[in-house]
Amino acid sequence: MTTLIEAEHLTRYYGTHCAVNDVSFTLAKGEVLGFLGANGAGKTTTMQMLCGNLAPSAGQITINGFDLLDQPKAAKRNLGYLPDTPPLYKELSVQEFLLYCAKLHGVAKSSVTDAINQAKERCGLSDVADRLITNLSKGFQQRVGIAQAILHNPEVIVLDEPTVGLDPIQIREIRTLIRELGQDHGVILSTHILTEVQESCSHVQIIHQGQLILNETTAGLNRQMDTGTLQITTRLVPDINSLLTLPGISSIETMSQNRIKIHYSVTANPAEQIAEHIITAGWGLQELTPIKRSMEDIFISLTKEHREL
Amino acid sequence: MSLILTIASREFRTLFLSPMAWTILAILQFILAFLFLTQVEAFTSLQPKLASIEGAPGLTDIIVPPLFGNAAIILLLVTPLMTMRLICEERRNKTLSLLLSAPVSTIDIILGKYLGILGLMLLIIALITLMPLSLLGGGELDLGKLFANILALLLLVTAFTAIGLFMSCIAGHPTVAAMSTFGVLLLLWILDWTSGLTDQRSELFEYLSILRHFQNIQSGLISSVDVSYFLLFITTFIALSIRSLDNERLQK
Repeated sequence: MTTLIEAEHLTRYYGTHCAVNDVSFTLAKGEVLGFLGANGAGKTTTMQMLCGNLAPSAGQITINGFDLLDQPKAAKRNLGYLPDTPPLYKELSVQEFLLYCAKLHGVAKSSVTDAINQAKERCGLSDVADRLITNLSKGFQQRVGIAQAILHNPEVIVLDEPTVGLDPIQIREIRTLIRELGQDHGVILSTHILTEVQESCSHVQIIHQGQLILNETTAGLNRQMDTGTLQITTRLVPDINSLLTLPGISSIETMSQNRIKIHYSVTANPAEQIAEHIITAGWGLQELTPIKRSMEDIFISLTKEHREL
Repeated sequence: MSLILTIASREFRTLFLSPMAWTILAILQFILAFLFLTQVEAFTSLQPKLASIEGAPGLTDIIVPPLFGNAAIILLLVTPLMTMRLICEERRNKTLSLLLSAPVSTIDIILGKYLGILGLMLLIIALITLMPLSLLGGGELDLGKLFANILALLLLVTAFTAIGLFMSCIAGHPTVAAMSTFGVLLLLWILDWTSGLTDQRSELFEYLSILRHFQNIQSGLISSVDVSYFLLFITTFIALSIRSLDNERLQK
């Protein structure tokens, strides 16, 4: 696998405020990396640094083998970037704007028409090509922004909150597009919507207060989420202390008199022992359900843990 | 180079997509045509007297320098309005990141922007030049002097534009950019007014005064001192603009 982006120890200060603190990661071809974080966590700053809009205070960025500082032109030729506000010249028509972008990115004259047509088709812009950008709805403007980022077929595509302002159908289309792009490019997208990461990304990174607190594949994260909590309902009130003595159980949460939540460590699944224990005690087992932790839970627990540290 | 032209042509075309360029061209042309006609009128009334004087000023001397001088003053007011949006507006509309993340150097961006707006300036100068040229139909012009005036106005306007571009790079708001450009230009314009008071002449001020160099060339005396003043001026502010845009990445 070819490494497309190598970011090493990125740090960025705004005055004395540290927005991004020692963030390192890599992106390979065929990966879709989801950059997750609350507002003000440092997502956009990181992306701006990756795209040469902002110089890092410390650290190094290599894009497709070219150092962003030493060979900016070569590095940026492999880069498509959609900032959080799509950079559109609103007085131009979609066609004119894309033509300008193609020229800026040095698309060869012979392939300009093809590149523009392909980008328009992929982003569903063929019908509005001759309209002025200023007259388009926000969703369409966002799509023009995405078209601009993929126009020159770059190796690395960086999308800052690409689905903001789109309607549900458009969101689904864009997610499909992102997955498609991920097959032969490297894609980084930032978002604070967790399902988006689950749906379209192969890797997840969670950034919190400028620091990277999780770097995992989506599959790995899902595995983490499959285990963890059991919800149990019994006819009689269970004795929590005796349940706690079972191996593998980390804590028990009482929801109501007859309903409890059992948290256990990821390695051991004590469901069987718990069931046996309840039945031999004669509390009358009515329900035993594994609870899937949503990505929201992981996100919240991770950021909370971090705050406590 | 092609990148510079790409940016320049977009800049130039965008000017004509809004009423901006059209309005400026129309109003400038109207006012200058009025001044031009006044000057022609003055010449026709003076003509009988001038004919009797040996070595009297000719048609070109009476009409061209005042016309270009007036054009210079009007452009001093208008240039800040045209240059204020160059970088400033891109930054405010967040379109600057399109340029910054494209394989384009800051030098390309600045030169492209500069040439784009200069295209409009050239058009204005060309339209102004047409006025005295129309006299060729009924009289004779000193083409050398006319050329000197065109050159003087051209150098002056390129210098104005360079300052405007720089101000647009550092200002946060177009109005601020326009105001500071206008301030600097006016200051440079009036800098040598002190030289009227003979005992307080300052050679430095006289050298810095943009008006003096402009008038020197306008009089038909194209000396390297004046030309290099303008070239130095333009290069300085272009270089400062490039630096300032480079710094954009460093701090915020």
